[in-house]
Amino acid sequence: MRNLWIFINRYSTFFLFILFFAVSFILTIRNNSFQRASALNSSNEVIGRAYEKINYFKAYINLNETNLTLAHENAALRALLKSSNYDSEVISRTIRDTLLEPQYSYIEARVINNSVNQKNNYLTVNRGSRHGIKKGMGVISSNGVVGIVLNVSPNFSTIQSLLHSDTRISASLSKSEAFGSLVWGQNAIDPQYAVLRDIPNHVEVEKGEQVVTSGYSLFPPGIIVGQVEETGITSGSSFLDIRIKLNNDFSTLRYIYIVIDKLSVEKEKLEEQNTENG
Amino acid sequence: MAKLFIENIIRFLVLILAQVFLFKNIGYYNLASPFPYIMALMLLPARIPKFFLFTIAFLTGIAVDAFYDTLGIHAAACATLAWARIVFINLTLQDDDYDASSTPGIGQMSFRWFLIYTFILSFFHHFTLYFLEVFSLNNFLYTLTSILFSCIFTTILIVLFELILYRRKKR
Repeated sequence: MRNLWIFINRYSTFFLFILFFAVSFILTIRNNSFQRASALNSSNEVIGRAYEKINYFKAYINLNETNLTLAHENAALRALLKSSNYDSEVISRTIRDTLLEPQYSYIEARVINNSVNQKNNYLTVNRGSRHGIKKGMGVISSNGVVGIVLNVSPNFSTIQSLLHSDTRISASLSKSEAFGSLVWGQNAIDPQYAVLRDIPNHVEVEKGEQVVTSGYSLFPPGIIVGQVEETGITSGSSFLDIRIKLNNDFSTLRYIYIVIDKLSVEKEKLEEQNTENG
Repeated sequence: MAKLFIENIIRFLVLILAQVFLFKNIGYYNLASPFPYIMALMLLPARIPKFFLFTIAFLTGIAVDAFYDTLGIHAAACATLAWARIVFINLTLQDDDYDASSTPGIGQMSFRWFLIYTFILSFFHHFTLYFLEVFSLNNFLYTLTSILFSCIFTTILIVLFELILYRRKKR
């Protein structure tokens, strides 16, 4: 006891310092919000780290079970999704008119697959033969021509897009009404541009002139295709090649309309006789 | 003795008031701020009892804290300063160098001794003060820089006061 007293007395400066410093320190932490917060946080951090580590290892043990329950839950939730239901309702818009017999009717469809960057591009839509779609029908959207129906299954159909090297669409210039065929993919494969071919050399073409469907083939006349972008291209013969900026943005297509032409069968039959005779 | 007592009390009052009303508002941005009130603690009689010194330092710190709204920080810094003061005086001065009531100022000691004394004590004080205030080791170098600059600032002020006020005293 005496030794202890001597020891304390000898280093009394230090002990006094420790005593007063401790009192001040406690005052600091108790009375200053910032210091209190950071002191508590640093101690919480240690505990939190420890818990985190333990949880990290614990999670591995239950991983299989957790995965299984999650997979079941995912499947159940997926079945509830609206997109997993097939929308089979078709609203066919035809207007009855006693004076005018309607020639064209339209079926709306949603694009469920699309491409614009291939050499030959196709679309898939959620309407098929059940809804009255047949091979070879024209397809348009609110912004212009889209393409031609290529194959049909009961619930789906594929569409040969305008951005396909085999697609030919009869189109005419809106002012001169000269017609040619719209093609894509021979030289340029930019999905924004196409070429109007077979316009005779003597036709005056203005830049920015509208190009519309001619009405000679699957599409009703007057549907916008695009604007003339460049007129100077000649293929060396007596025909012009006109570069056209397409009105339709194929990369953002969502809803399209399939054109049903009631008189197309009759027209084709009649036109077949031409070749038989000729 | 009574004169010494009164002198110290006046010194404490003047320095603490000057600190909280004048020097609190002086500073080079956040980098250097002076705390010349520690001069009152430094100039206490050289052989003041330890416990007495610590108590005075603590109370001074609490008084300054009250004005700075940082309860405990200045008290801790002053306690550190009191400890540093005792150690420094024990190391540098022999018992026969000074008498019990003498003030460790320029008048009694050499200029060089007083300069080192001021700088080391203010360094201990500021070191504790700044680190308790920041309360983290982030930006360690920045804190250290501001401690050093504040230290120099305080030292210059204290030496200036000492030169102005105590020059005429006997050697």
